[in-house]
Amino acid sequence: MPRIKSFDELKTYREKLLESGRPVSSDRDADVPVIVKIAMATCSLAAGAGKIMQFMTEELEKRGIDASIVGTGCMGYCYAEPTIEVTLPGQEPVVFGYVDMKKADHIIERYIKQGEVVDGVIPVNYKKVEEL
Amino acid sequence: MNEMSEDQVKSIPRKKQIRIALRNCGVIDPERIEEYIEKDGYFSLGRILTELSPEETIRIVKESGLRGRGGAGFPTGLKWEFALKNKSDQKYVVCNADEGDPGAFMDRSILEGDPHSVLEAMAICGYAIGADTGYIYIRAEYPLAIERLKTAITQAREYGFLGKAIFGTKFNFDIFLKYGAGAFVCGEETALIHSMEGRRGEPSLKPPFPAESGYLGKPTNVNNVETFANIPVIFQKGPEWFRGIGTDKSKGTKVFALAGKVNNVGLIEVPMGTTIREVIFEIGGGIREGKKFKAVQTGGPSGGCLTEKHLDTPIDYENLIACGSMMGSGGMIVMDEDDCMVSVARFFLDFTVEESCGKCAPCRIGNKRLYELLDRICKGKGEMEDLDRLKNLSIVIKDTSLCGLGQSSPNPVLSTMDNFYDEYISHVVDKKCPSGVCRDLLEYFIVEENCVGCTACARACPVGAISGERKEPHVINPEICIKCGACMEKCKFDAVILR
Repeated sequence: MPRIKSFDELKTYREKLLESGRPVSSDRDADVPVIVKIAMATCSLAAGAGKIMQFMTEELEKRGIDASIVGTGCMGYCYAEPTIEVTLPGQEPVVFGYVDMKKADHIIERYIKQGEVVDGVIPVNYKKVEEL
Repeated sequence: MNEMSEDQVKSIPRKKQIRIALRNCGVIDPERIEEYIEKDGYFSLGRILTELSPEETIRIVKESGLRGRGGAGFPTGLKWEFALKNKSDQKYVVCNADEGDPGAFMDRSILEGDPHSVLEAMAICGYAIGADTGYIYIRAEYPLAIERLKTAITQAREYGFLGKAIFGTKFNFDIFLKYGAGAFVCGEETALIHSMEGRRGEPSLKPPFPAESGYLGKPTNVNNVETFANIPVIFQKGPEWFRGIGTDKSKGTKVFALAGKVNNVGLIEVPMGTTIREVIFEIGGGIREGKKFKAVQTGGPSGGCLTEKHLDTPIDYENLIACGSMMGSGGMIVMDEDDCMVSVARFFLDFTVEESCGKCAPCRIGNKRLYELLDRICKGKGEMEDLDRLKNLSIVIKDTSLCGLGQSSPNPVLSTMDNFYDEYISHVVDKKCPSGVCRDLLEYFIVEENCVGCTACARACPVGAISGERKEPHVINPEICIKCGACMEKCKFDAVILR
């Protein structure tokens, strides 16, 4: 745990964190090919995100898929909770809504393993600060 | 919940929203400070502490045009300047996380999804006004937000972003949590401060403003969660950038909790100046089940309802007030043709009566009387004079209440009366509820053609109001009927209806 003692140290520290070349460091293990983000705010948890998190964690390991699983805050799609975002190597992130065990299984088998299109994709409807 | 059809997916427009306050929500792991740092976290604080003076810091906030996101829209930079100018040995920064509007969850989502952005902004504010201590006043009903804030504060201390000699400078700042018991009035800054001091959560007259005499009598700057969440970005991208988004007088974006009868209920962030139509019909995907839009309540119990004619109004502080509502903290409850506006007004008044602290008479007694009048009208016992009473009493409460709660609590009544006077008339004169909501104005009725005379309803009726021969149509006697609905539940032929 570094203690940052100056602005320059913060800059250096950030550079180091970014060396992995990943967008954020939960994707830190440089060789992990798949990133699965699960919205884990109060509302998401009420809709069952906790179970999806457990399912994803166990099943991805069982099925031998090297993935980094991240719990995030609210993604904003309350009507479609639980929502998860999957990033495959070299591809744009894709958000899936209405995820239950069956859908989660589907996403692993069809989308993550074979890159096939799966129902329930939510188009990104906002601009990020970086895009402006 | 059904999955979206192809059409529905296509109907969601791309990129009407801009995420500034929500920039990291749903993107980073809120429990890992490293991810926040990678997203340029604590860079604004670092730059300000090493390169800018408090005055320059405040100048940038003023230049950005940022206004308070808690509802009133007071210019944030100006608020900070007042706190800076008041000299004192001790000053405080307070983050108002006492989110209490029914159906609103903007602040909770920010705190759960990106707690560090609020911590960083509070430290920036502390430096700007000369405070070394910050408090987050958060309601105890938000356990996950509290948990994530605690984790974030611990991490920030370990990294040296909170504590002594931050970034190797002479600036010290630390943040602590204060829990609220979930009283709506404690969102009012003076009541909030009294609650923090361990006293009753009651407001007091301003002036003195908290910037002069706040927590423990010291100069205190109170800002809302969303206001703080905007601060680090303003310093990363510059005030001109922020000013470039929004309308003439309202800059940047606003987060709304879109709820009620829309297809895409959700947490959204749109640039100021976006129209209500765009929010409801494009981002929100329109009204559920293809029903007709009737009204949208903004500003929660303090706001008013906006109707069809306001749909193309660009959302900003001034426009919403001109329409008889207000920005509020960002709750947006959409209502369709099935909602009765008189009972909507009664619902909000019920909330206000419950939440009024009771310190001043207009709010304590007046709102109770308003509620009783509305209740009478909903029960079909209203008279035409009641409508005048409603209006007069509303104006008196607004003019004479001590704090923002009472000054705004009659707004739902006034705005529904302005926009849906015919519904009030139906309730009072015709004793009918056009939307079919007010139970006392409805009666259970058996449609002769549908009734097969099975006697199921008559056997279910607890008061013996239903009569009729076997295999002949039955009849409900409205004089005896207690409107329990047991007959409707039992009928397999849809013969029992409410009318």
